[in-house]
Amino acid sequence: MNAQKTDALSAYFLAETSDVLETHTLSIIVDNEPGVLARVIGLYSGRGYNIDSLSVSETEHEKHVSRITIVTTGTPQIIEQIRHQLDRLVPVHIVRDLTVAARNSNQEKPLERELALIKVRGEGEKRLEALRLSEAFRATVIDATIDHFVFEITGRTNKIDQFIEILTPLGLVEVSRTGVAALSRGSQGLKDLQDEI
Amino acid sequence: MQREMTGAEMVLQALKDNGVEHVFGYPGGAVLPIYDELIQQDAIQHILVRHEQGAGHAAEGYARSTGKAGIALVTSGPGATNMVTALTDAMLDSIPMVCITGQVPTNLVGSDAFQECDTVGITRPCTKHNWLVKDVDDLPRILHEAFYVAQSGRPGPVVVDIPKDVQFATGTYEGPQANPSNHKSYRPQLKGDMTAIRAAVELMSKAKRPVFYTGGGVINSGAAASQLLRELVDQTGFPITSTLMGLGAYPASGDQWLGMLGMHGTYEANMAMHDCDLMICIGARFDDRITGRLDAFSPNSTKIHVDIDPSSINKIVHVDLPIVGDVAHVLEDMVRIWRASSFRSQPELKGWQTQIAKWRARDCLSYRHSDDVIMPQYALQRLNAAIKGRKDVYISTEVGQHQMWAAQYLGFESPNHWLTSGGFGTMGYGLPAAIGAQVAHPDGLCINVAGDASILMNIQEMSTAVQHGLAPKTFILNNSYMGMVRQWQQLLHGNRLSHSYTESLPDFVKLAEAYGGKGIRVTKPGELDDAIQEMIETPGPVLFDCCVAQLTNCFPMIPSGKAHNEMLLPDEATDEAVANAIDTAGKSLV
Repeated sequence: MNAQKTDALSAYFLAETSDVLETHTLSIIVDNEPGVLARVIGLYSGRGYNIDSLSVSETEHEKHVSRITIVTTGTPQIIEQIRHQLDRLVPVHIVRDLTVAARNSNQEKPLERELALIKVRGEGEKRLEALRLSEAFRATVIDATIDHFVFEITGRTNKIDQFIEILTPLGLVEVSRTGVAALSRGSQGLKDLQDEI
Repeated sequence: MQREMTGAEMVLQALKDNGVEHVFGYPGGAVLPIYDELIQQDAIQHILVRHEQGAGHAAEGYARSTGKAGIALVTSGPGATNMVTALTDAMLDSIPMVCITGQVPTNLVGSDAFQECDTVGITRPCTKHNWLVKDVDDLPRILHEAFYVAQSGRPGPVVVDIPKDVQFATGTYEGPQANPSNHKSYRPQLKGDMTAIRAAVELMSKAKRPVFYTGGGVINSGAAASQLLRELVDQTGFPITSTLMGLGAYPASGDQWLGMLGMHGTYEANMAMHDCDLMICIGARFDDRITGRLDAFSPNSTKIHVDIDPSSINKIVHVDLPIVGDVAHVLEDMVRIWRASSFRSQPELKGWQTQIAKWRARDCLSYRHSDDVIMPQYALQRLNAAIKGRKDVYISTEVGQHQMWAAQYLGFESPNHWLTSGGFGTMGYGLPAAIGAQVAHPDGLCINVAGDASILMNIQEMSTAVQHGLAPKTFILNNSYMGMVRQWQQLLHGNRLSHSYTESLPDFVKLAEAYGGKGIRVTKPGELDDAIQEMIETPGPVLFDCCVAQLTNCFPMIPSGKAHNEMLLPDEATDEAVANAIDTAGKSLV
């Protein structure tokens, strides 16, 4: 069962797994204390895990509690490791793998949204085209002059990627994105989610 | 209890309230208020070391030999950074340690002040948890929490960083919480899942070729865990091996003892691991020095893994039946269920024992004795003979060949008597660790088995021993080489001995005398017994310079990239076999 063949021979034998990489969304409830984000990020960099997206903010002010949402890529075994390693941190209250929880209740994915602010500069036809596209993508204009727009758009990561790609030839100046915020579908809160594989 | 006091007074009060009797430390600007309190009281004894790293390892030795947290107290900046090696060492071996560091005053934090460093930033990855205390009113709560976190669950080191103005400030002290396990976010799981434990016992009752593979987790779980392990081994009659960290949990004189496993483990232990049909891993973590080549690691066994840390499960090796819980709790349930269900081991166990006896008969620890030169193995056998039967002996080691030989040739009968740097492999660990053990056990015999290179890394602690009337004995297997480095250069790098020979070693006898200790030198095998006796009977610290055969290799050995059943045994290790033991791919990594 540990038979994962590689050519590397060493006492530091690191099996190259043939497992497919998966992208999972983790929700982490932590004490909002100094250094807590550094602990989470340090764990990722120190152990060589990937962060695709990270968002963090205090969610319950009275309880002094923050919610961190991390989108991460790895083999299922690595993602399970990440979950346990995060749970080991003293100020971490709850870690849940929303992707696994969704899968366990026969859903495709958890609810995931990202917000982006996008600045486009252009005149004439290009400017009009950008505005038309923003309507198609349900983005809103939050700042404008005769030679620029700033759009605000909310949606799944791939929708925002798409919007940005389309705007690139139309005079894209810069983009600011929040990273993914996520919740599970259904009435259950994070604590009650079943995310055991 | 509630009382107004300064931050520095709170530190002392919190130490007392958490049962601390000894602190290892070194003063400096940013901890002076705490030192000022230390000298005005008698309840806590301070042991002044000669280097902060020494304080850390001494605290570890104290912790490993008592099961209680070891305490270190150092100043800011270099004081804190000198602790980093010891903290990481304690982290890797799960040793409870509370380290208190001074910090520059809060208004100077972040200004590159004199002796300032980002202590919590630097120590974040090498502690179980750490705190920077910004308000004196938080200090008592944090100190008590620090003790709880260090000693509960999977133990580990913690750092409490206290700025100097917080030490001077006055606040309200409160005693430890009655129920610290009620922590808001940190709740280690002690009790194992009963369904899983029942399933484990059932697997055990059906096993034909079972083996217990135990580790430091058994020691960390306390004396009861070792007792329960012995009971379970007696009840089942299963053979048992252990990692370096777990030696002593099951007695070396026990019927089922296979010896240590892993890279320098015994032939019988590694073969049993390779051929078993059921592996019961208890409080060990499938370290790379244990498993050897992973894709050939115990290929046909069902694996049970008991560990208090869920992140240890399936980290390296996929297991069939994980049980998250404290070793003593889980073993208690296992023993009870085994008894209550009147399980019997399978009759095939007899054949398995016969097979093991055949492997044992291979006598993998044999070596060629010499009448002229002291073989290092022989020196340890004589040391073992001299301490046999004594219950008050604590052995520490440095890191290298001597460490492996000590693990192979000294028999450990009980837990907490073997102090060695396993996970991190820290040269310079042994002498301060022996000092720490000696502080905890003033009447005990604390022996640091050392190499000539390792001992020089913290030799300055001889001065600590002399000052505090401590009498650790350092038994140096002196071969003038960094023996393990030389052995690997022979195995991996065409015997090109790049910088592994120490040309100008000090005269260890004179060095001992310079520190105010005693030096003994032995060069002939015939002189060993009397000299060892003299060492043991010397009331003060001793450097025992045991000049051994220079080019001896440590066998048996699983060479890089090989499996448990591909060991290099001493009688097969010709120069040619050694040179070709590791193929090209294996040379690329250690």
